[in-house]
Amino acid sequence: MKRLTALALSASLLAMPALADTAKIGFVTTLTTGAAVFGKDMENAVNLALEHLGGKAGDTELEVIFGDDQFAPEAGKQVTDKLVKQDDVDFVAGYIWSHVLLASRKSVLDAGKILISANAGPSQMAGKLCDPNFFSTSWQNDQTPMAMGEVLNRQGVKSLYIMAPNYAAGKDMVAGVERTFAGEIKGKDLTKWGADAQLDFSAELAKAKASGADGIFVFYPGAAAGAFIKQYDQAGLKDELPLYSVFTVDGISLPKLQAADFQGVLGSKITQEWDPSLDNPANQKFVSDFKAKYGTYPSFYAAQSYDAIMLIASAVEKVGGNLDDKDALRAALKEADFASVRGEFKFGSNNMPVQDFYLREVVADADGNWTTKVVETVYEDHIDSFAAECQM
Amino acid sequence: MDTTLLVIQALNGVQLGLLLFLVASGLTLVFGILDFVNLAHGSLYMLGAFICATLTFALGNFLWAVLVALPITAGLGFLVERFIARPLYTRDHLDHVLGTFGLILVLDTAAHLIWGPEGIAVPLPEWLDGQTNLTAEIVVPTYRLLIIGAGLAAAGGLFWLVNHTRLGMLIRAGASNRTMVSALGINIELLFGLVFALGAALAGLAGMLIAPITEANIGMGNNIIITAFVVIIVGGIGSIKGAFIAALLIGLIDTMGRAFLDDIFKIFMSNEAAETSAPAISAMLIYIIMATVLAVKPQGLFPPKVR
Repeated sequence: MKRLTALALSASLLAMPALADTAKIGFVTTLTTGAAVFGKDMENAVNLALEHLGGKAGDTELEVIFGDDQFAPEAGKQVTDKLVKQDDVDFVAGYIWSHVLLASRKSVLDAGKILISANAGPSQMAGKLCDPNFFSTSWQNDQTPMAMGEVLNRQGVKSLYIMAPNYAAGKDMVAGVERTFAGEIKGKDLTKWGADAQLDFSAELAKAKASGADGIFVFYPGAAAGAFIKQYDQAGLKDELPLYSVFTVDGISLPKLQAADFQGVLGSKITQEWDPSLDNPANQKFVSDFKAKYGTYPSFYAAQSYDAIMLIASAVEKVGGNLDDKDALRAALKEADFASVRGEFKFGSNNMPVQDFYLREVVADADGNWTTKVVETVYEDHIDSFAAECQM
Repeated sequence: MDTTLLVIQALNGVQLGLLLFLVASGLTLVFGILDFVNLAHGSLYMLGAFICATLTFALGNFLWAVLVALPITAGLGFLVERFIARPLYTRDHLDHVLGTFGLILVLDTAAHLIWGPEGIAVPLPEWLDGQTNLTAEIVVPTYRLLIIGAGLAAAGGLFWLVNHTRLGMLIRAGASNRTMVSALGINIELLFGLVFALGAALAGLAGMLIAPITEANIGMGNNIIITAFVVIIVGGIGSIKGAFIAALLIGLIDTMGRAFLDDIFKIFMSNEAAETSAPAISAMLIYIIMATVLAVKPQGLFPPKVR
């Protein structure tokens, strides 16, 4: 029986036409550990995108295979290898974590496949390690904190204390805010990160308080976000050391913070390239359908994943399902001819998006649910700082 | 470096040390008396946190939730001993490791299925949520003081239990000579079950105490269990006194390293080099201590007298 199936399989493989009737997308994200909550949000967004597309791009079926990176570079690389070699996917998308993406990039690019980041934006891959086959539907890590640095200057903040996890993205975030913030950096802590991340920040918060800075800038995605905000609250720093954060307070942490009634987070300021309140048809459809289907506001992770699938679908449709002509496929991707949830969407010379960044504030919506709204536009059509280093 | 900051950081270190002691004491009891390597001890810490978080929302008060969650966690520990640990006693340590590692995966996934992947933030009652002025200068979060108080009380209770009660006498006797204790007609299986349950309750208590600070999270136990092993190796396996002193030592060293190492490094290297190397070195600090202790005194600082 087994042999028969194998025979039938190889026969069908031989009979496959040049035009693929299925475009295979590998989607790597975190589906286990405490960080699985982002992965779940991204998975939901991908499934919603497929539903909106009717599972097809033109005449080509879209098939998505999810892979779990277990929040670790080695596991991420392993599952990427499996997607590339065993499943023979045409696209590999996803990647929350910069260190996971950096570890996995070679496996995808060396096999001549298309790599699309739906979140991670390590500086290396926007600059020296840029590649014609690598695209991003998120941002370069430094951009969001650069926008925050700009906001701090405008608000007249003179000195800052910085805290971030000690890994690729944490370092980029710190570099980003330091690049634009004009005042004095009073101190800086990089804390342990990964599956055994440090979540008790007592020592760091005591130092921040003693530093006498005007404000504190933090980057703590995910589980660490709730932990940080709680301890910030308990230490009574709200008036003394106002909080400015990036990627810390989002659609994922807010419902949990609301359930535990952490009022301290209301009114805090965040910079981001997207917001659920952005006024364009694609976004309104995405946000309302997401809320209807999954019961929560989508996070920016979800928005970027939705865009990644829509980008792939637009390119597959444009080349009429012919995925073997890589030049045409790359050109189709670069055109980015799809309705992005952030409105207009275009790629820069290094295949990173050129986009607006907004200042957002945490508020309660009409139903009393905590969410964010746009206060002002900080940057328009912002190009990341590493585009010049990219040679391709 | 001023005195105020030093005092605050010392308190932070003591708080971390006491939490470590709660986890490590259970680990050292089970390892020392039952001769059983329980990697899944950290999972009981996680379950304590999750159960307490759920009960906090159900009962509306964190402290009641802790009181109800403690016997539940102890009961879970008793069941783990009966059905998972007991069949493994006669096997060697490698099988213990394999079996309890499997248990970690099962419990992590069970927590994922029951509570979802996002973790639970635990609200505190109003009076615990603020700060306390110890002096005009020294202001600390009230809840951190409660952790220190609860940790010291649990440590005191454990010393009393082990040194001044009949159960404690049996536990100590079991640690010295298991066969003799059972030959004297003591129900050794029940004793083992109780020791395991006690360890589970202590680990669970640590999880419950940390939950309002870091949230209840999947995998939180795997984080602390490694540090807890460092503690019992430094303190001497099977010794509660050793675990107590080593836990405080590790807690203080870890906190002080995170707090002051970059400033110390800045004295003799460039700012940038100090900022890059300090987090790496402070993360290694406790393992350096462990390696030193293993080299100088392989049986730990305070090995139990009779083994």
